[in-house]
Amino acid sequence: MSAPRKRESQGRVQEIIRLDGVSAGYEGKPVLSGVTLGVRPGEFVGVVGPSGSGKTTLLRLLLGSVPLYSGKATVDGHAVGGRKRPSVGYVPQLETIDWNFPVTVEEVILMGRAASSGPWPWARPQDRHELDRLLQRLGIAAFRKQHIRNLSGGQQQRVFLARALIRNPRLLLLDEPTSGVDIKTRDDVLHLLVELNRQGVTVILSTHELNAVAAHLPRVICINRGIVADGPPSRIFTNETLRLTYGGEMVVVHQDGMTLVADSPHVFGELDHLHAHEPEEAPSR
Amino acid sequence: MIDFAEPLQFEFFRRALLAATMVGGLTGLVGVFVVLRRMSYIGHGMSHSVFGGAVVGYVAGVNFYVAAGIWGFLSAVLINQATRRRQIGADAAIGIVTTASFALGVALISRASRVTKNFDAALFGNLLSVSGNDLWVIAGVFAVTIAAVFMLYKQLLFLTFDPEVAPIYGVRAGWLDSLFALILAATIIASIRIMGVTLIAASLVIPPVIARLLTDRFARMLVLSTILGAVLGFAGMFVSYEFDIASGAAIVLLSAAVFVLVLLYVSIRQWVRTGRPSVAVDALASRDREALMD
Repeated sequence: MSAPRKRESQGRVQEIIRLDGVSAGYEGKPVLSGVTLGVRPGEFVGVVGPSGSGKTTLLRLLLGSVPLYSGKATVDGHAVGGRKRPSVGYVPQLETIDWNFPVTVEEVILMGRAASSGPWPWARPQDRHELDRLLQRLGIAAFRKQHIRNLSGGQQQRVFLARALIRNPRLLLLDEPTSGVDIKTRDDVLHLLVELNRQGVTVILSTHELNAVAAHLPRVICINRGIVADGPPSRIFTNETLRLTYGGEMVVVHQDGMTLVADSPHVFGELDHLHAHEPEEAPSR
Repeated sequence: MIDFAEPLQFEFFRRALLAATMVGGLTGLVGVFVVLRRMSYIGHGMSHSVFGGAVVGYVAGVNFYVAAGIWGFLSAVLINQATRRRQIGADAAIGIVTTASFALGVALISRASRVTKNFDAALFGNLLSVSGNDLWVIAGVFAVTIAAVFMLYKQLLFLTFDPEVAPIYGVRAGWLDSLFALILAATIIASIRIMGVTLIAASLVIPPVIARLLTDRFARMLVLSTILGAVLGFAGMFVSYEFDIASGAAIVLLSAAVFVLVLLYVSIRQWVRTGRPSVAVDALASRDREALMD
């Protein structure tokens, strides 16, 4: 093997996620096409795109629950959809949860070990120990016996994060973890994820919150049925990439080291009124 | 005043009482999963489907349990597959499979009048129709179901609560779905003589919904629903004997009355606690409410 090819091969072995020319979707219809992507262990990646662009499909593809039509996909060294499943934690959209289901906080968290904790209905001592540790770490120990409906949005998000973490995953996938929560809760959740990432967990989340991604995440992938752009938010959040991703005009402002994205004023047909409040710095392209 | 001692002197009643108590417990236990998995309509449809199989078996001279069992399991698998297809609504698919099967049973009965009387019991339940063999079948299904729920409790809870994520975390969803379909079919077949085809769905739904009103814990709901189902089955048999009405109808009417009383109790309790009326019904998901009205 030649030296460059050997280096490339070694580089790919190190990647926790590797997708090469992947097409995937539902009932024979591709939602994502031609996706080539690599994620190294310890990265923190945001996936953004409009509704129906394939964000959830990408996450579900990595989990092996969406059929792969073409290309190659590996997660943590295992072929996606293969017999052996990688150690992945997944936090679904909270909108999919039945909040009337009769279940408590600790029961939800222990579900993370349901398949591996033996045949008895009660939790093993090691599972209880790990449950106690996570409840303390995520600040939800006081609610352990409560019904999940009685918690705030941020607390509910932590419960499902704990269910994913009790598996001690190397890779954590979160589907819109900041939707439907207030700004304070959103920042709390993102800081928690940053902390987990610093401890070595690879984190990939999908979101609609472009400014939160720009503020907290070092890498973002814009998708719209395929990858439109991939890189640091400061570099790839441009009018052009956002137009290609969302199909609409957006204003990108870089100021004091921050990247901010706003709706283009003309969308609302009030150009004259809004132009009077335009920022001094021209939007970057 | 009901004389509880009088019917107990008859062997047929003692046999039916034991059967109804076990059937009530069994449907109460299985019904928790039926209600929480939003499968109330499947339970309703499967009981009709099993009726078709039972008639086909009777006409062909095949044992009731063998014919109804094979038919019921095939229907369950077919329904399970149909509900995964997006082009056809699940309710429509279930409607086609189960009513076609039921219609086949009715058509065969129309052709052969000799079977009509026996199948009155299958439609509405009849305490005279329970044999010693039926008792063993009901006890066997109940024991296997309790063992399965006990041994697979954690996986069943996860799969019922979050069917999308459970397989991702290693829960064998396909295998458990098939096992549950088998248990549901067996429950319906074992209950058919006591409850009747047309009323089994109610016994699968009412005890779990009453239990849900009284608790926010899954394990407690399982135990409470099983006990409630058994008690309602036991008490319903005396009502059936005393008022000379079909056993299935007596159990369902008694269950519905208890549901109304519990709903009133919980609503008043919530009203006193919160100062807001009617919040008790919030404890039920909208689909649970639909199931009760089905």
